[in-house]
Amino acid sequence: MAQLFHPSSNTIAKVSIVSGVLGIPGLIGVGYAINMTYGYQVYKPIEQPVQFSHKHHVLDDGIDCRYCHTAVEKSTSAGMPDTHTCMSCHSQIWSDSPELAPVRASYISGQPINWNRVHDLPDFVFFNHSTHVNKGVGCETCHGRIDQAPLAMKVHTMSMQWCLDCHRHPEKFLRPKEAVWTMGWKASDAGVNPDTGKPFTQIELGRKLVKNYKIAHERYLTDCYTCHH
Amino acid sequence: MAVITPREISRRLPSPVVDADETFDVVGKGNTLATVTQKVSDAVLRDRLRPGWVAFLLFALLLLGVMAVAVVGIVVMGVGLWGINNSVGWGFDIINFVWWIGIGHAGTLISAILLLVHQNWRTSINRFAEAMTIFAVFCAGLFVLSHVGRHQYAYWLFPLPNSMGMWPQFRSPLEWDVFAVSTYATVSILFWYVGLIPDLATLRDRAVRPLVKKAYGIASLGWRGSNQHWHRYMAVYLILAGISTPLVLSVHSTISFDFAFSQVPGWHATVFPPYFVAGALVGGFAMVLILAIPLREIFNLKDLITMRHLENCAKILVCTTIFVSYGYAMEAWTAYYSGSIDERFMAWNRAFGPYGWSYWSLLFCNMVMPQLLWFRKIRTNLVWLYFISVVLSIGMWLERWVIIVVSLTRTMLPSTWHGYTPTGWDWAQYIGTFGLFLTCFLLFCRVLPVIAMAEMRELVHHEMHHGAHAHGHGDAEPNGGFSGSDPSVTPAHA
Repeated sequence: MAQLFHPSSNTIAKVSIVSGVLGIPGLIGVGYAINMTYGYQVYKPIEQPVQFSHKHHVLDDGIDCRYCHTAVEKSTSAGMPDTHTCMSCHSQIWSDSPELAPVRASYISGQPINWNRVHDLPDFVFFNHSTHVNKGVGCETCHGRIDQAPLAMKVHTMSMQWCLDCHRHPEKFLRPKEAVWTMGWKASDAGVNPDTGKPFTQIELGRKLVKNYKIAHERYLTDCYTCHH
Repeated sequence: MAVITPREISRRLPSPVVDADETFDVVGKGNTLATVTQKVSDAVLRDRLRPGWVAFLLFALLLLGVMAVAVVGIVVMGVGLWGINNSVGWGFDIINFVWWIGIGHAGTLISAILLLVHQNWRTSINRFAEAMTIFAVFCAGLFVLSHVGRHQYAYWLFPLPNSMGMWPQFRSPLEWDVFAVSTYATVSILFWYVGLIPDLATLRDRAVRPLVKKAYGIASLGWRGSNQHWHRYMAVYLILAGISTPLVLSVHSTISFDFAFSQVPGWHATVFPPYFVAGALVGGFAMVLILAIPLREIFNLKDLITMRHLENCAKILVCTTIFVSYGYAMEAWTAYYSGSIDERFMAWNRAFGPYGWSYWSLLFCNMVMPQLLWFRKIRTNLVWLYFISVVLSIGMWLERWVIIVVSLTRTMLPSTWHGYTPTGWDWAQYIGTFGLFLTCFLLFCRVLPVIAMAEMRELVHHEMHHGAHAHGHGDAEPNGGFSGSDPSVTPAHA
């Protein structure tokens, strides 16, 4: 009887088994990795009506976050500045810059500038800025080095897993309340730990802060209704 | 006066009326290694398309179309199409899931447990019983997937890495169910396929057309029947039988936990796991008979799937229906003995409540009807056997109806009491899964050997060379002793 298959079939069979065993989990892994980065539009600057630079205003000019985001300590939303806030400076400086034409137009017409949202959470999630900044979560913890960003963009996925990383272990991320607005803060900036005689590590400091700020137990921080009311 | 022994009684009973070509041996006389292979493989390779088979397939495809409409309807419009409501959240979806998955259990029992305990009569029915298992699991899986509601997220049932940073709830029996059923499906398919490999090679060697040869050649994975191949094959087959054996008990136990772990009166009972396993075997063996009786007629396999097989299945049905009857008795007894007003009301409501008809029908189907199988004349009468199998299938369906729906209509808070009426969509999906099952089964009958040829050859070899000497059984002594006239006392080949 003639051979049904060419001898190369043996190799094809072996390769197909190996590639099936390695390939399928590999594809799932690659898909997961792509979804967790590009899927969440991380590090992708959003086009805005005015090319506003946080780097220039925060790093170069030293303006406090709260000068523009006035509601951040009292409200769920950090608040976007109205055109008046922009014009409090820009009526005096750069008052004829073509870059700022939309701002002046908005000021004259009374129509707010239509900023594009950078951090767009799903509607079934309720995030409260005030409770976070009042419990020692720094601006930088979520928004990264916004003082170095010419154009605002997400630096974290804002995925549920990312939220839970902190809700499960808040001590890894907390900082003293007075350092909430600081950029580039490190645990050692909090000084010497009296218990060890060495500069604070994040975990040592974080555990203290969890206690001092009365941060709820993980069990409550990870309840469904904590974020999904 | 001589002492009357059971053996004496059985000898004096009138011998059953059966056709001349029927036999009570495990293999019909005159079968050789060649005839077994020829009969089974010709059904696949040489047979023309029979008009009956084509008509049956068209009917099955029609039902499959009904299923497609039902599933698309549920995916597009949601489970609101079904008759379920706030109180009765589990209806036809779960009844049919449990019913179908239970049917599969007979296949696994036949292929794994009966193999390990050396019951040689399993050989000719294990292949199609395993196929039945796999197709029944498909049907069951369809109900679970339809019932999750948001079908695009059905994969959330599995513990996959995800952007939510969450696992499924491992403490829930519903999650154990996911593992139980997916393990069951995987092991059943593997077991079936490994068993098929030598037979696929036989088909490859006997096929004429090059394309058919190639197809079976690929499927048989280069099987040459060398000693080394057989050695490894036997090892793998036994290991898979060993893995499958606990599954016969564990899968339906886990499914019973879906109910028993809750506090709903009528669900919260410790008898559930064994009671569910026995119920699964009742439904499964009834389905084996429903499939085997026409199969052996249509494909002319009466001397391979013999009366011995059908009778043994009937005996298993007698045994397992006694188990489930014990389950019904225990449900009523624990309801009384618990002293709980809710449990007692549940038992009363089952018998005399608005769905009382289903409880009494269930007892009739599963407790009364199978008692007929004590009579040899009924066990060996194919019409009766077929009829009782259908009644038992209906009975097992009613059992799940009574447990799931009737319990949920009357839970502890009277304010939540609510009726349940299945809608056309419920019926369409239930009837539609018969289309899926039948289509798969009919295609299987035409494309794969319905009887495990390699194992049958081994059995025939054993009968030819050892059977006559060891047991006074077979050609040497055609009509002598109990083995010829009364197979029920024939010692099994160990």
